[in-house]
Amino acid sequence: MDHQGERRSGWSWWYLLFVIQFVAVLWPPFYNKLEPTLWGVPFFYWYQLAWVVVGAVLTAIVYFATDD
Amino acid sequence: MQDVNWTALIVFVALFGFITWLGFAAAHWRKGDLDQLHEWGLGGRRFGTLITWFLVGGDLYTAYTFIAVPALAFGAGAVAFFAVPYTILIYPILFLAFPRLWRVCHKHNYITAADFVRGRFGNRWLALAITVTGLVATMPYIALQLVGLQVVVGGLGVSGTGLAGDLPLIIAFVILAAFTYSSGLRAPASIAIVKDILIYITAFAAVIVVPIQLGGFEKIFAAVPPAKVLLAEPGPHTTGALGNYATLALGSALALFLYPHSITGILSASSGHAIRRNAALLPGYSFLLGLLALVGFFAIAANVANLPEYAAGFKQFGNSFAVPALFLHSFPSWFVGVAFAAVGIGALVPAAIMSIAAANLYTRNIHREFINANPSDREEAQMAKWVSLIVKFGALVFIIFVPTQYAIQLQLLGGIWIIQTVPAVLLGVYTRWFNEWALLVGWAAGTIAGTAMAAATNFTPTYPLAIDGWTFPGYTALYTLVLNLVLAIVLTPVFNAIGAAREDATVAADYRA
Repeated sequence: MDHQGERRSGWSWWYLLFVIQFVAVLWPPFYNKLEPTLWGVPFFYWYQLAWVVVGAVLTAIVYFATDD
Repeated sequence: MQDVNWTALIVFVALFGFITWLGFAAAHWRKGDLDQLHEWGLGGRRFGTLITWFLVGGDLYTAYTFIAVPALAFGAGAVAFFAVPYTILIYPILFLAFPRLWRVCHKHNYITAADFVRGRFGNRWLALAITVTGLVATMPYIALQLVGLQVVVGGLGVSGTGLAGDLPLIIAFVILAAFTYSSGLRAPASIAIVKDILIYITAFAAVIVVPIQLGGFEKIFAAVPPAKVLLAEPGPHTTGALGNYATLALGSALALFLYPHSITGILSASSGHAIRRNAALLPGYSFLLGLLALVGFFAIAANVANLPEYAAGFKQFGNSFAVPALFLHSFPSWFVGVAFAAVGIGALVPAAIMSIAAANLYTRNIHREFINANPSDREEAQMAKWVSLIVKFGALVFIIFVPTQYAIQLQLLGGIWIIQTVPAVLLGVYTRWFNEWALLVGWAAGTIAGTAMAAATNFTPTYPLAIDGWTFPGYTALYTLVLNLVLAIVLTPVFNAIGAAREDATVAADYRA
């Protein structure tokens, strides 16, 4: 088909941004701790909730970077 | 049980009345010919970014989730939070693989994952394996939605003995069955909008109002036993609770979008772009789920388990009653009605989509493939409507007559089974490298081994894999997927050497934008 379709379906280096969130949340020794707390919430909980937001932002970046 | 909470019950019934009307009215929404399967069963594939957001959100974050995740936090503590990494990881997978699946399915009018596998690999037995896996994984999931409904109806103080006790459940399901039959996927899509708004209101009220009542997060976490706040540090020569946590998150993430109801929700989008956008927007629900998991801890801090007025509820529903008890304890009656309606309607939306997905599977991949190869459009759509009724009736009978524990165990097994379709469906979207018979052998090995491992661990989700003096407790589904993949890879050259020419009804361009 057209050249653009070719490019869009293939690999993009932007996809590496996804790897970050896999590493960040799949290695529990990183975050299985109480301190530092945020508004009284242990690190374990706010760290993972924060990654929901960061993950969504990273996905949005990939979306805009790989889409027209 | 406590007395009937009339204010809450009236609000609850009024909201149910509203969504019932909405479910029937939905037949006229973005009107299409409901005598065609893709109109009835996929809403004509015309849901844009916003409706897809509501529909897929309403589909994946079920009532059962909203009851079970906080209940797990309430009972077991930190491990319940695996739902957060799990729902973080599903979105890169959604973003990368599913726009491709959407495009090829749109191009060839595939309605189900098994349709795709049939076309991609040209093997009806592999397609049958995908179909049967989808059906048996979905059935207990529908039944579990009823558990969520049962818990909130119990929380309203509505109780009875024998069949009278199940009457509210039966009424809800008759309503559900009727509007699904008449409106197809348009019904849950429109109701999902109401459900999701109610759930967001409830969740935000819960995480703002309750901590204020309880004196702040610091006090809440101080009230939780220290052993529940964090995962237990593993002992020597084992990855312990940390390994469990990570493998549960990864395995669940890989499995989620392979459930037939997930695929139905995704394929009903109007474009691959709508799916990609949703990968960035749907984490809104993950955040909500994380907040709701904390509600389990609020319930510990509010000490609801030891208040006499909720003793009967805990006795009947166990930890699942933690969230309803907390709401009854913390909110005025009218808002309890709103919150419980959110959960109750939250049960109907996924149950409707699951029954539609199961109906699509049976109609396309069993009936059309093996019984009547050339149905008219009308016959095909009619068949699906009937099957959706049978499926729901089966789930209802199951939950009324079989102990809930079996539904939970079957749903657990469903996760192990559905993940075995990863190589054929998720990898199949990218590559035709695998030999179809090798995929079938891998699927069978993973399914059998996973079932045996689950049985050996008394139907708990994790298996203590022992290698060379170390123990790696982890999610059985993930371990058996590795076995499945290894077999599929090793056997592909073998089967290619002895087999006939490969078939593939799709071409590379079908997957592109």
